[in-house]
Amino acid sequence: MNPIEIAVKNAHRDERAARFLITICGIGAALVPFFIGGFLLLKGSDTFLLFGHSLGEFLLSGQWAPSDTAVGGGHVGAAMFLSGSLVTCGLALLISLPLSISTAIFMTEIASPRTRRLIQPAVELFTGIPSVVYGWIGLTVLIPFLRHFFTMPYGFSLLAAGCVLAVMVFPTITTMSADAMAAVPKTWREASYGLGATRWETIARIVIPAARGGIFTGIILGLARALGEALAVAMVIGQMKVFPTSLFLPASTLTTAIASDMGGAMEGGEYSAALWTMALLLFLLSFLFIFVIHRINRASQLKGRS
Amino acid sequence: MSRIQHKKKVDKIMTALFFGGTAFAVILLVAFIGFVIVQGFGVMTPDMLSFSGSGLGNMLFNTLYLVFLALLFSMLTGVPAGIFLAEYAHQGKVTHWVRMAIETLASLPSIVVGLFGYLAFIVMTGSQWNLFAGSLAVSILTLPLVTSVTEDALRNLPSSYRQGSLGLGASHWQTIWRVLVPACFPRIMTGLIMAAGRGFGEAAALMFTAGMSTDINWNNWDITSASCPLNPFRPGETLALHIWSLRTEALHPNAAQLASVSSAILMVLVVSFSLAARYISWRLDKKMGGTNS
Repeated sequence: MNPIEIAVKNAHRDERAARFLITICGIGAALVPFFIGGFLLLKGSDTFLLFGHSLGEFLLSGQWAPSDTAVGGGHVGAAMFLSGSLVTCGLALLISLPLSISTAIFMTEIASPRTRRLIQPAVELFTGIPSVVYGWIGLTVLIPFLRHFFTMPYGFSLLAAGCVLAVMVFPTITTMSADAMAAVPKTWREASYGLGATRWETIARIVIPAARGGIFTGIILGLARALGEALAVAMVIGQMKVFPTSLFLPASTLTTAIASDMGGAMEGGEYSAALWTMALLLFLLSFLFIFVIHRINRASQLKGRS
Repeated sequence: MSRIQHKKKVDKIMTALFFGGTAFAVILLVAFIGFVIVQGFGVMTPDMLSFSGSGLGNMLFNTLYLVFLALLFSMLTGVPAGIFLAEYAHQGKVTHWVRMAIETLASLPSIVVGLFGYLAFIVMTGSQWNLFAGSLAVSILTLPLVTSVTEDALRNLPSSYRQGSLGLGASHWQTIWRVLVPACFPRIMTGLIMAAGRGFGEAAALMFTAGMSTDINWNNWDITSASCPLNPFRPGETLALHIWSLRTEALHPNAAQLASVSSAILMVLVVSFSLAARYISWRLDKKMGGTNS
């Protein structure tokens, strides 16, 4: 064979090998969440299969007293953690949403390009700030501050957790919403102005409705981040195992219960099984969020096409 | 006329509201960073940074070492996965499925990844808490970012690169390896720097994988020994985790100061990496824009 034939043959061999390896890596990376889901299912199902609790008890009952043994026989009602998670996330969205949306509107519709170039990196910088730092500042600055202004027994409270989470989800919602608003065609705005609308009317009637899909995606990603945050919340919520009844009282969430109790629970016991089931619940919820985002995107794509 | 005036008034009020909201948020955030850094460096004493006892030097070293390992792992799988999505995958069910799986990975709570790491890398291998397991857990968290950055970088290259290489007779793989990947190397680097920023602050995923203790001896360079700094199979507490444990355990008399200093160091690391990534991509955009136009 002449050298060219050999080179071509080698190139073909390399091509096949590379395609094979690259595909393995791609599929392998995609399998990681399935592995995680599989392991969580394996461990989390013990609560129901091994210790014989019902799904209804786990999700709806408020009796939380799992026994830390492999024998079982305790109560695994996680409703207080679930409701704690939902209340803190809701509170965080409530605080953060007005600020995020107005920042996004200001960035895309009102600010000059110069100002936007200053604000945008500043906002994006905050996605990277470590959650324990948020937690630490919440613990040392926010809690004394709240205690100063409200009458509350400890300072550790749902309100503090909501505030810390609000700061954490702010950059996520803001960047996603601003991207969606910036993607609204300029001609639509010009048409609106041309019909005599003011800027506020253009924003409220044209830009926000057109960017709805992106704003929702941002909200859901923010919600996912708030739901999954463990340590920052654990540092300020007070971790009292009660139902979230007052904004000014401590409570617990799914993540804080896992973070604080998993280390001490006996491997293979009912307590650790219940905590694994809570982790499984978190996994399923974040999967649900991604699913919802895909549905929103597909719906807005179909609408755009017709 | 009054209707128009009314509309103008509403417009002004709303503009003021949006401006006010933005100003409040941005000032709050900037004050936050400034506060953490100023407060931390204000209470810092030289012995806090030492590499022994209650000093933070060991934790800082653990953090850097763990992030380095994590980036190595997520580069080894994330970059090929990105190449797969951009170059080899066909538009279809499998690709859609792979993309969705990687997105799910990106939104997983880090504590869930930490629990998975604990089960898969600690319990099932029968080992003690170690840095290696911690870096694998962090690499799972940074994998989606590295993958999507690589894919975007490859997709955004001018198609003339690909056509030029293929036209000269190079195979698809030769084109990818010799032309496309080198051309988007700076973009991939930027992605890795961003991923490092995320890794520095990770704590929840490390609680049950890297462990909360550090026992290293800086004179021991036998890599198989448990007290050798470079041995990845030893427990290693990172700075972020140290802040958490200082708050719950309060082992040291000056726990609050140590946590403040740790926060400030982490903040400086994260902010400088983020600014570096931004600077590189800004330079790149300028350069690319310059040659194309």
